Amino acid sequence: MGLREAKSILPPGSYYLSGNEAAAEGAIAARCSYYAGYPITPSTEIAERISVRFKEVGGVFMQMEDELSSICSAVGAVWAGAKAMLATSGPGFSLMQEGIGYAAMTETPIVIVDVQRPGPSTGQATTVAAGDVMQAKWGSHGDYQVIALSPWSVQEMYEQTINGFNFAERYRVPVIVLSEAALGHLRERMDVREKVQLFDRVKKAGAAPFGTEEDDGVPPMPSFGEGQKLLVTGSTHNDYGVRKTDDPRVHEKLTSRLHNKIMNNREEIIEYEDYYLADAEIAVVCYGLTSRSSLFAIQRMQQEGKKVGMLRLKTLWPFADRLVSDIGTKVKKIFVPEMNKGQIVGEVMKYASCDIIPYNQTNGQIIQPNVIMAELETLLQ
Amino acid sequence: MRDLQQYLRPGLPTPFCPGCGHGILMGLILRAIDKLELNIDDMLFVSGIGCGAWIPSPTFNADTLHTLHGRAIPAATGAKMFNPKLRVLVISGDGDLADIGGNHLIHGARRNIDLTVICATNMVYGQTGGQVCSTTPTGALTETTTLGNPYRPFDLCKLVSAAGATYVARYSVTQPFLLIRSINKALQTQGFSFIEALSPCPTQFGRRNGYDSPADMLKFLLDRCITKEKAKGLSPKELAGKIVTGEFCDGRN
Repeated sequence: MGLREAKSILPPGSYYLSGNEAAAEGAIAARCSYYAGYPITPSTEIAERISVRFKEVGGVFMQMEDELSSICSAVGAVWAGAKAMLATSGPGFSLMQEGIGYAAMTETPIVIVDVQRPGPSTGQATTVAAGDVMQAKWGSHGDYQVIALSPWSVQEMYEQTINGFNFAERYRVPVIVLSEAALGHLRERMDVREKVQLFDRVKKAGAAPFGTEEDDGVPPMPSFGEGQKLLVTGSTHNDYGVRKTDDPRVHEKLTSRLHNKIMNNREEIIEYEDYYLADAEIAVVCYGLTSRSSLFAIQRMQQEGKKVGMLRLKTLWPFADRLVSDIGTKVKKIFVPEMNKGQIVGEVMKYASCDIIPYNQTNGQIIQPNVIMAELETLLQ
Repeated sequence: MRDLQQYLRPGLPTPFCPGCGHGILMGLILRAIDKLELNIDDMLFVSGIGCGAWIPSPTFNADTLHTLHGRAIPAATGAKMFNPKLRVLVISGDGDLADIGGNHLIHGARRNIDLTVICATNMVYGQTGGQVCSTTPTGALTETTTLGNPYRPFDLCKLVSAAGATYVARYSVTQPFLLIRSINKALQTQGFSFIEALSPCPTQFGRRNGYDSPADMLKFLLDRCITKEKAKGLSPKELAGKIVTGEFCDGRN
């Protein structure tokens, strides 16, 4: 139980893979044992690769009739003892929202890879966007927390998927890997080390499966078939899963713990990278593929002696509120380029007190470095 | 027979209205489990949302998964596929399994995974106050069809048979011994088995359709339900308004 070192399933070495293939390999490295999904561009290669790889390494692959059933079957499998993953894109992610809320309420660890494409609705199936950032946080009704990760490379598609499983198991929460179409289909080098760190589900026979003494605790998770006579429900429930649908204290206690177990541990969850922030006048706050363009831009500008830095958010939810607030006191301006109409910029505005300038592009293409450079040049004047 | 009390989680009141058939159905399911001497700890009971979903959850003293509305069969599919040792029984209502979950029902039957599904059919959305559903008879009055239901009801047994289930039957809780025998068979069937169990709802269906008391509603089912053997010799006119019960598909043979 807890964190342990395990052998990587892929032999150590260098591979040339797409982001989608890397996500599939990350799931296999994390000992994912159940995959359910419905075909959708641009995520389908994840399902395709897992369906083949499960034949080699073991695991249950189910192509279901839609995304509603995919996520519900994953929840059923997880309570039967599996580690489960799903992959989809915007339209399918919308359909999965009810299941994400159910998984959050029942504290079911699942990993969902959302390879983002432009919406709303069917939008453009084969081009890129980052329009699901807020949906990942607020997509299902009611108050709940999830963890959402934002990879920027094929290497990170592999690593963040493994991390995603570890976070899901550790905090008993749905984890969303917010990939982007252009990353899903990007091919580049990926290195596999000999060992991977895995977090094994904590089990304790007889312990309350839905409550802890602390108001931010994560209860141990039993499985069906262990004779524990489990009550699993998406209705408000007490520590033992008994429905309490009209007791105000039970609902307050449950939703508070679901919130606190993530928010009180956010410093341990949040990962980021910073570049040249020490003496920066302008900070670029970015995530996903846009960070690659941003880094290229600020490295060029640094060579010219321009005081620009960058914060790359590897974790989008929970949001790095203290970090962004701190940066806001040190720089004059924060520039937030996004492949949407302004989603993370709203969070930056909540916490940073300096000037905040969004840059929004929704043409189905990545934001090029020269665009970011030109914007930053203007802001420096 | 063992004491049925052992299958019930202690200290719980009945969640059902006076005259509801779901309590009878609950007892019949437990009798079938008892007759087969199944270990309830090897079983998983999956349900959706609605009155029918409350038959197993939280009442049965076993592993229970109370899922989203309509999604009991997908959740059961995931659990069964990952752990085939679990004997998985889905118990939910007609609105849950046939309306919002209709697509999952036909795909469950098509896949023919080893699941048993018991659909508690009361011909109305009970828990939300008596709205029309896909099994409401044509012309019936409900909260949302005040001029009478203009549509035809699903014949769920035909639907599920056509979709490929191994065992399909329909009985009413007014036919308790036939229903126990049928549940017993379904639990022993390898593959997808489906039983439509008609259950009276005087509170939401009966009172709007002239069957105000529990007894009237039970009489409605007693009068209408006719075994397929008895139905054989009847003319379409004689069969009008009747509900034909029996086994419609028994792929075990």
